[in-house]
Amino acid sequence: MDALDLARWQFGVTTVYHFLFVPLTIGLGVFVAGLQTAWHLTGEEHYLRLTKFFGKLFLINFAMGVVTGIVQEFQFGMNWSEYSTFVGDVFGAPLAMEALLAFFMESTFLGLWIFGWDRLPKRVHLACIWAAAIGSNLSAYFILAANAWMKHPVGYEVVDGRARMTDLWAVLTNSTALAQVPHVIGASFVVAGGFVLAVSGYWLLRTRADMWRGVARAALVMTAVAGAVVVGSGDMSAKLAHEQQPMKLAVAEGLERDTAGAPFTIAPGIEIPKVVSFLSTGDFDATVQGAEDVQRRFEELFGPGDYRPDQGVVFWSYRVMLGLGMVTVGLSVLGLWLTRRRRPMPGWLARLFVLALPLPLAAVIAGWLLSEVGRQPWTVAGELLTAASVSPGVSLAEVAVSLTIFTLLYGALAVAEAVLLTRHVRGGLEAPEPVPAAEKLEPSLMY
Amino acid sequence: MIDLWFVIIAFLWSGYFVLEGFDFGVGLLAPFVSRGGAEQRQTLRTIGPVWDGNEVWLITAVGAMFAAFPAWYSGLFSTFYLPVVLILVGLIVRGVGLEWRGKVSDPFWCDLGILIGSALPAFLWGAVFADLLLDSALAAVVGGTFTLALCALHGAVFLALRTDGRVRHRARVAALAMSAAALPLAVIALSSLGSGLGAGGRQGAGLVLELGSLPALAAMGTLAAAVALVWRRREGWAFTATAAATVLTSVAVFARLRVAPLPGLTLAEAASGPYTLTMLTWIGLITLPFVLVYQGWTYWVFRKRVSLVH
Ligand code: HDD
Ligand code: HEM
Ligand code: HEM
Repeated sequence: MDALDLARWQFGVTTVYHFLFVPLTIGLGVFVAGLQTAWHLTGEEHYLRLTKFFGKLFLINFAMGVVTGIVQEFQFGMNWSEYSTFVGDVFGAPLAMEALLAFFMESTFLGLWIFGWDRLPKRVHLACIWAAAIGSNLSAYFILAANAWMKHPVGYEVVDGRARMTDLWAVLTNSTALAQVPHVIGASFVVAGGFVLAVSGYWLLRTRADMWRGVARAALVMTAVAGAVVVGSGDMSAKLAHEQQPMKLAVAEGLERDTAGAPFTIAPGIEIPKVVSFLSTGDFDATVQGAEDVQRRFEELFGPGDYRPDQGVVFWSYRVMLGLGMVTVGLSVLGLWLTRRRRPMPGWLARLFVLALPLPLAAVIAGWLLSEVGRQPWTVAGELLTAASVSPGVSLAEVAVSLTIFTLLYGALAVAEAVLLTRHVRGGLEAPEPVPAAEKLEPSLMY
Repeated sequence: MIDLWFVIIAFLWSGYFVLEGFDFGVGLLAPFVSRGGAEQRQTLRTIGPVWDGNEVWLITAVGAMFAAFPAWYSGLFSTFYLPVVLILVGLIVRGVGLEWRGKVSDPFWCDLGILIGSALPAFLWGAVFADLLLDSALAAVVGGTFTLALCALHGAVFLALRTDGRVRHRARVAALAMSAAALPLAVIALSSLGSGLGAGGRQGAGLVLELGSLPALAAMGTLAAAVALVWRRREGWAFTATAAATVLTSVAVFARLRVAPLPGLTLAEAASGPYTLTMLTWIGLITLPFVLVYQGWTYWVFRKRVSLVH
C-alpha cells in the first residue's frame, strides 16, 4: 500500500459518490421544469403541487451533488499534481468553460428559482428552472469532453513533457465525447426516470390517484426514450472502443486472442457466437483484438510493462451495466405497453417500479467502473501512466487522513440524505395551497 | 497574455473573497445575532439565494488556475494538502447545512455545520495565503485570524444592511465588536505583507514590495473607514468599504504572488501555452459579462430588506 494506491482509492470513492447524485440532478431538473411548464400551460393545481414535491427532492439531492463536486475539482491538484501539470493546458480549458458557462448558470438561477416563487413574474420564474436544468446538462457535456480526452487524446502536442493544446474545437468534438455525452446523459435520465417511477410506484400502492398514474406514465416515457438513446450511443461507444481502446474492449469481452467472429460471453462458459464482432464493427465475421495480442503490440509501442486493466472488474462491470440498465429500460417499455390507452396500472407492476431506483443507479456506477478502470494503467491513454500521475510531494499519511475523513463524512451524509429523501417521499404532496400571493414573503421551498 | 491571465485569476479570487466573505460572516454570526428559529431563518435568508452562486467564483478561480497555470494549481493544492482537505470539509458541511436546514425537523446539526463550515474556510484561506507568502506558522495563524475577523465584520455589515428589526440592531453591535479584533489584526497582517517582514519572508520581491504595500495600506484605511461608517449607521457605504478592504487585501496578496506564485516557480514556467491562453481569453470575454449581469440581477431581485416571518 503506497500513496498511489490510496490516491486511486480516494479518486474512485469520491467520484463514484459524486456520481450517485449527478444523474438525479441532470434528469430530475428537467423533469421538474417539465412539471412546472405543465402547470404554467394548464393552470391545473396538481401540477404545481407536483412541481414543489419533486422540486424539494431535487434540492435535497442537488446539495450533495454540489458539495461532492467541489472536492473533485480540487482533487486533481491535491492527489494528481503530476497529471494536472501534464494535462492542464488541454484539460483545464473544458473545466474552466464548465464553470463559466454551466455552473454559474445552474447555481444562480436555481437560487432565483428557490426564493423567487413570489418575487418573480411567473414566466421569468419558469425560465429560471429551465436555465438551471440546461446548466446541469451543459456541465455534463464539458466534463465528459475532458474525460473523453483522457481515453482518446486529440488536438494537442507534447512539448517539454507537457501536453499543449493545438485545437480546442477538436477537443470539444472528440468522437469519444460525442458518443459518451449522449450515453451518460441518457443514462442519467434513465436513473431520474427510475427514481420518479419508484416514487410513483410507492404512492400508487397507497392511493389509486389518477394523478400518480399520470406521473408514472410520464416517467415511463422518459425512461424508455432515454433508454433508446443510451443503447444507441452505447453501441457507438463500443465501435469507437474497438478502434481507440482495444485493450478495454478485449478485457470487457474476455477475449485473450485476436478473434474473427468473436462471440459474446454472457458469463464464463455461456457464449453467443459472433455477437461481439457485430457489435463492435457491424460485421459478424470481423476480427476483434484480444488482450494477449494487444499486450504484445503495446509492449512494442511503449516498451515493457503490464498494459492490462483489472480483468474481473472490467469484465463484470460491463455485464452489470448492460444487464441492470437493460432490465430498467425493459421495465419501462413493459409498463408503457401494459398501461396503453388508459388501461389500469396493475398492482404488481407498481411494486416492481420500486426496483427502478436501485437498478439503473447500479448500472451507471458499473458503467463508470468499466470506463475508468478499463482505461488503466493509463490516465491519458498512450501518454501518461497512472503511476506517473500522482503528486510526488504528498505522503502516504496525508492521503490516508484525507481518505478517512472523506469516507466517514460521505458515509454519514449518505445515510442522512437517504433518511431525508425517504421522509419527504413518505410525506407526499403538501396540502393544496392557494397560488402564492404576491405579499407572501416566506419562500416555499427553503428555510 | 500571461499577465492578463494572472490578473483575471486575481480578479476571480478577489470576487470570491468579497462575495463568499460575507456568506462566511453571516454563517459565523448567525447563532449570535439571532434568537430563536424565526430570527435564525431571517438571518440565513439574506444569503439563501446567493451563496451557491458566490461559491462558483471559487470553482471558476480554481478552474481558471488549472487551465491557465497548471503547475501553480497543482503545486498549491498538493503543498497545502491538509488545510485544503479541511476547507473542503467546511464547504461540504456548510453547503449541506444551508440546503437541508429547511427540510429537517430539528436544524441543530445543520446550524452546527453552517457555523463550522463558515469558520474553517474563513480562517484557512487566510492561513494558506499567509503561509504561502511568508512561510511561517506564526504568519499563518495571524493571517487566518485576520481573514476570520474580516469575514465576520464584512458579514455583520452585510446583515445590518440586509435585515431589519432586532437582527439588524445586533448585527451593528457585532460589527463594532468585530472591528475591535479586525483592525489591529489588519495592521499586523497587512504590514508584514506589505514590507515582507514576516519570519523567513522570501527575498527578491523588489519593486513588488512597494506595489504590495500600497494596497495593503489602502486596505487598512478602508477598514478604518468602514468602522466609522458603521458607527454612523451608513450601512451601504460601510459595506462598500468592507468589500473594498477585502479586495485590497487580496490585491496585496496577489501583487506579491506575481513574482513567485510558489517558492521556486515563476508564472511563465507555470503557464499554459499561448494557444490555450488565447482561447481562454475569448471564452472569458464572451461569458464573464453575462455572468456578471445575471448575478447582479439576482442581487437586484432580492434587494429588499429581509424581515422576520413567523
Ligand atoms: C456527467 C456528469 C458529471 C460528471 C462526470 C462530473 N460532474 Fe460534477 N457535477 C455535475 C455533473 C458531472 C452536475 C450535474 O452539473 C452537478 C451535480 C449536482 C450539481 O449541482 O451539478 C455537478 C457539480 C459539480 C461541482 C459543483 C458545482 C456547483 O457548485 O454548482 C463541481 C465543482 C464539479 N461538479 C466538478 C466535477 C469534477 C472536477 C468532475 C470530474 C471528476 C465531475 N464534476 C464529474
Ligand atoms: C463521475 C463520474 C466518474 C466516475 C464514477 C469515475 C470513476 C473512477 C474510478 C472508479 C477510478 C479508479 C480507477 C482505478 O484506480 O482503477 C477513476 C480514476 C480516475 N478518473 Fe474517473 N470517474 C469519473 C469521472 C472522471 C472524470 C470526468 C475524469 C476527468 C475529468 C476522471 C479522471 C480520473 C482520473 C485522473 C483517475 C486517476 C486515478 C486512477 O486512474 O486510478 N474521472 N475514476
Ligand atoms: C442505464 C445505464 C446504462 C446502460 C443501459 C448502458 C448500456 C450500454 C450499451 C447497450 C452499450 C453498448 C454495448 C455494445 O454495443 O457492445 C454500452 C457501452 C458502453 N457504456 Fe454503457 N450503459 C449505461 C451506463 C453507462 C455509464 C454511466 C457509463 C460511463 C461512462 C457507460 C460506459 C460505457 C462504455 C465505456 C461503453 C463501451 C463499451 C466497451 O468499451 O466495450 N455506460 N452501454
